[in-house]
Formats: sequence, structure tokens, C-alpha cells
Amino acid sequence: MTRTVIIDPVTRIEGHAKITLHLNAAGHLTDTRFHVVEYRGFEKFCEGRPFTEMAGITARICGICPVSHLLAAAKTGDKLLAISIPPAADKLRRLLNLAQLTQSHALSFFHLSSPDFLLGWESDPAKRNVFGLMAADPDLARAGIRLRQFGQQILELLGGRKIHSAWAVPGGVRSPLSQEARDWILERLPEARATVTLALELYKKLLDGPLQKEQRVFGDFPSLFMGLVTPHGLWEHIDGGLRFRDSNGAIVADQLSEDDYAAFLGEAVEPWSYLKFPYYKPLGYPDGIYRVGPLARLNVCDSVGTPWADRELAELRQRSGQTATSSFAYHHARLVEIVACLEAIEILVQDPELMHGRIRLRASLNRNEAVGVSEAPRGTLFHHYKVDDDGLLTSVNLIIATGQNNLAMNRTVHQIAQEYIPDPVPAGAEIPEAMLNRVEAGIRCFDPCLSCSTHAAGQMPLRLQLLAADGTVLAERLRG
Amino acid sequence: MSVITLNVNGQDVAVPAGASLLEATRAAEANVPTLCHLEGLTPVSSCRLCLVEVEGSTKLLPACSTAAAEGMVVHTHTPRLREYRRMTVELFFAEGNHVCAVCVANTHCELQDMAVTVGMDHSRFPYQYPQRPVDATHPQFTLDHNRCILCTRCVRVCDEIEGAHVWDIGSRGGHCHIVAGLDEPWGQVQACTSCGKCVDVCPTGALFRNSDTTAEKQPNTTLPALLRTAREQRRWHNQ
Repeated sequence: MTRTVIIDPVTRIEGHAKITLHLNAAGHLTDTRFHVVEYRGFEKFCEGRPFTEMAGITARICGICPVSHLLAAAKTGDKLLAISIPPAADKLRRLLNLAQLTQSHALSFFHLSSPDFLLGWESDPAKRNVFGLMAADPDLARAGIRLRQFGQQILELLGGRKIHSAWAVPGGVRSPLSQEARDWILERLPEARATVTLALELYKKLLDGPLQKEQRVFGDFPSLFMGLVTPHGLWEHIDGGLRFRDSNGAIVADQLSEDDYAAFLGEAVEPWSYLKFPYYKPLGYPDGIYRVGPLARLNVCDSVGTPWADRELAELRQRSGQTATSSFAYHHARLVEIVACLEAIEILVQDPELMHGRIRLRASLNRNEAVGVSEAPRGTLFHHYKVDDDGLLTSVNLIIATGQNNLAMNRTVHQIAQEYIPDPVPAGAEIPEAMLNRVEAGIRCFDPCLSCSTHAAGQMPLRLQLLAADGTVLAERLRG
Repeated sequence: MSVITLNVNGQDVAVPAGASLLEATRAAEANVPTLCHLEGLTPVSSCRLCLVEVEGSTKLLPACSTAAAEGMVVHTHTPRLREYRRMTVELFFAEGNHVCAVCVANTHCELQDMAVTVGMDHSRFPYQYPQRPVDATHPQFTLDHNRCILCTRCVRVCDEIEGAHVWDIGSRGGHCHIVAGLDEPWGQVQACTSCGKCVDVCPTGALFRNSDTTAEKQPNTTLPALLRTAREQRRWHNQ
């Protein structure tokens, strides 16, 4: 009889999901699926609302990265007004996104993923979390939490609150950065830099030691990578054009405009998940699999453009390949991106243009359709609005980073399951927790945000199920 | 000027003849809540929050539109009144689509403040989630029917202060809604002078400036009283 292993809910991710491992009658793994089982319908209920509300509404999609939606919505609003925002507003928005990337990556690395690396895959699941990390290495846990707080505090200094601020608006931003806030950022930067230095040292040691196998089997496969780059091909997170690079390092497409996303991105739907499956249209579905996020951004860019981040990027490429194909390298990429963010923040807060001049333009509606893009911590985020002549939304399409990694997450889960689940699974055998944890960890590489990706409701637990061929649940693990 | 003496919550107060019960309760610092009432506009008693108990009357009376009378004994905060006021605010929330988190009036909303005042932490009535349109046809302002509580401040300020009478109430019962002109899109109503007084006095985010985003609306509810007083006192030279 065939069986299916079900991991439900998947833990230490942002959202609600389950993983099913399907076994045939002989106990061999035949299929794995990463199901996103929450639904919210933001695209539908935003219809009829004024487009000026979208920054405030879509920021509510997610409590982890509301800034990404805020910026994408504000940028789409700018285009509906047909205006270019003032330089100070542009730089303030950039500062906001850099702080967001920093805090979110710190959360992913220190709070969610590092317990696996530092406490061990086989350690007690009840302690394999940030609280266990606090007990085992309080200094590191404190430093990680304070790094996230550094990013969060910048968000509050700019937007007045850490989450769900509506500070970026069509036309610019609402308020400037105060001198005191700027001084605070400069004062705290050295500590943030020291924390990333410590984390990088620690992580590289783990890569050289106990994590060697994970780099090989955690989703190492060829795919395209997509992300924003500057006109000169440097790392970018809010402006610029889209670039696709393949696993061999070849640039497949460059400086694509978000306005044309429908020409090069398709969205497939599978009946077993609320999460759509975007793909690169010229290669079709599912061959057009591509990855977004920190690793993709670092893969597509020629260099970051700041000295420390470029040194770290060179080392990442030396370790994982010029175009890193292992999904496990997302963790390393996150740390390198924090470096890039801290360097960029340091440059920005000393830029005189940041503190002077207009920060908001007022205009009437001048276009009926626009697409905005930003790089969320988890990857490229598109907002596409159509409005009537009064500025009321008639159509909303949100393409979320986690959705774009959907195909890759499924492939990663399959690869890990093939490696760690016994083949064949003896009839009636229990799957060890540590094996299932590795399957979950494959998903965590992508730091998925399922609330965003389905624009959906719910908390973040994970369920894993082992299913027989007839759909009977043979084994199940539930965490939340 | 003749004076009336009455008792509010055990306290004797004196008010000028012709004063409303609401003025009498304020003289007694009784702090009776109101939503539709606005100084400078004719009272209409639509929100029912200012209901008070008057000894000798079997009905609850709206303080804003009831004249104070000699010897009245008034109670403003009995358990029954507190319960009714909370229910009234809960019904406002259940009847419309009030999403404070993304509303232009968040933190500057009288309905939101009233919920705090009456101790409403949730609605005991099921939310109706009505399908209501947004009128964004005016070049400067927007009317979101989802947030309207039918206080009619906009109707009154436009009629009594601006003199344009753009607004009215259309339909009946649960279908009641604010209409512009002869139930036309606001932007097509020629009588509208685009003065913005209706936006200034709206207690919620139902009327707002197009450029307002989340929590940016800044109401100006003192305007009608200032204008009315200025006109009565002929403060302008050409009057």
C-alpha cells in the first residue's frame, strides 16, 4: 500500500503550510508537495477602493515585511500620478527598505534558522528555537535580537511605528528623518556591523564543518534567478531593472521593466495549494522555474558596489559557485545582504540630500494602470493596479516573492526527502523527527512568508503527513 | 434674560431659558456623549447617544433637541443609559464597514473615540458587511459610504452654513444613504462650491480629501460655530 508523510504545520516560517511526502506501495518516495493552505483574497476586496489607500491596506498583508508592500504600493501610486518623487523622498524610501531587509534577514537567520545549525538537527524540538539559542549562547542570541531591533528601530524612526506604518505614500513620504534619528543610526551602526561579522565567522565555520552535506542536498538544482539590478548591473533593492541569470551564469534577460512583467512571467495554478506557481514564460511551465530573494539578488548582480559586501560576495561565490545553485546558500546570502544593507545605510545617512528638500509631491490621477516593484526580503514583489477615471481600483494583482519561489521550494523539499527519508520506508515505520525537521528546514532556506504569498490569513505552523497511495494518512507530525 | 433651574445627576444647575438639555448637562459637567451634534448646526438627534432619563417621562429623551424646563430632574449615566450607548456604538460598527487600521480618519475619528468612551471592545451584533460604493467623482474629495453613520452633519453644514444644500438623505430604513444633488455623482453636482466644510465636520472617514492616506485626515469641527457666531455678530465689514 502506498503512503504519504505529512508535515503539517511547517514551523518557524511566516504563514501556515503543510508538506506531504507520497510513497508508493513499495515504500518508495514518488512525490512531495509543499501546500500553502491559507487564503485571504486581498486582490479581490481591494477592488473598488481608492488607490491611495493601497499602501495602508497592503502593508497589513504582513507583519514581518509590511514595508515591502508599502513601498511597492507607493511606487505604483507614483506611477498612477505620473510623477517622479523628490530625491530626498527616494533616499528616505531606500533607507526604509534597507532597514527592512536588515531586520527581516536577522529574524530569519537568528530567530528561525540558526537553532537548526547551532543546536543541531537532532536536538530536542522543544528547545530547538530562539529560546533554546538564548540558553545555549545568550551573547549570540542577544546580538541577533539587537540586530533585528536596529532595523526595526529605523523603521519606527522613519514611519512612526515598527510595523504597519503608512509612511510611504503616492508622491513620496510623509515625514523627514530627524537629526536625532540620524545620529542614533550612526551610533548603533558599529554594533550592527560587529554582530554580522560574528555571525559570518560562525556560519562559515559551520559551512566548513557540520553543514557540508546540507549545502549539497538542500535544493541544489539548476534554475533561473531573478532580481533587480542597477543600470550598471549592481545589487539593487528598489529601483533599476529586472535581470534573469541562469545557473551557468549567463544573463538570460536584462533591464526588463516591471511594466512588462506579464510578458515574461506566467502564473500557473495547482489544485492542492492556494499559492500560485509563477514561471519564466519563454521557458514555459514548469521549466521556467526561477528563484528570487537574497541569493537570487546576489546571483544576478555583477557586484554589490560596496567594499565589505563585495568581499563577502566573492567568498560566497568561491564557496557556492559563481552562480550559487544550492538553496542552502540563501542563509549565507542573507548575511551578505545584511552587510550590504549596513554599508548602504551608512552611506545614505551621511548623504546631505537625505535631510533636505521636498519629500512629498501632490498630484491628481494621470494614468489608469501601473505596475510597481520592490525587492522584499524574500524577493521581488510586484503590485499591478488598474483604476477607473476616479482612481478607484478595478483590478489588483500582487505577485509575491514566496510565490515565485514556489516551484523551487517544492523541488527543494523533494530533494531533501529523497536524501533523508529511508528508501523504501518500511511498512508502519515512524519517520524520525530529525528527518522531518530537515525537510522543513528546506522550506526555511527560502524564509517563506505565506501570509504575503497567498495574501492569506493564519499563523505559521507546519504539518507533515505521510500518505498512502489511497490518500490514507499513515503518519503525521503537527507543530505550531 | 430669564433663567431655568433644573437638577442633573443630583446637582442643581441654572441655564438660560431656551437652552437644551444638552447645554444643561454640560453646565453640570455631566459629559453626555454626542456624535451627530455639532455646535453651530441645528440638532437632529439621529445618533441617539445623548439620550437621558428625565423623571416623570416614560421615554428616554435626546438631550440635544429637548428643551430644558424648570424643575426637571435628569439622570445622564444610569446603567440602562450606559448599556444603550454601548449598544448604539456597537450597532454603528456592525452596520457599516469600519476598518480603523486603514482608514483616513484613524486616530482622528469621533466614532473610534466614542467606542473607547462607551467601553466597546467588540460588537455583540453580527457585522453586516454591506456592499456600499465609494463616490470619488469629485476632483478634490471622496465620499466612502462604508464609513458613513448618517449623522447628517454634512447635510446640515452645507445647507445652513454654506447655503449650497448639496447633500440629502436618500432611500429608507437600512438602505438610507447620503445623496449628492438629485442622487447624482458628487462631481456632477453644480451646486457644490467645493468649500470642503462637509469634509471638515464629518466625524468619521466617510468624507475626506483625495490626497489623504491612512490616518491623515485632519477634521475641523469648530468651523460651523465660528462661522455662525461671526455672521450673527456681523464681524465682516460688508454685512
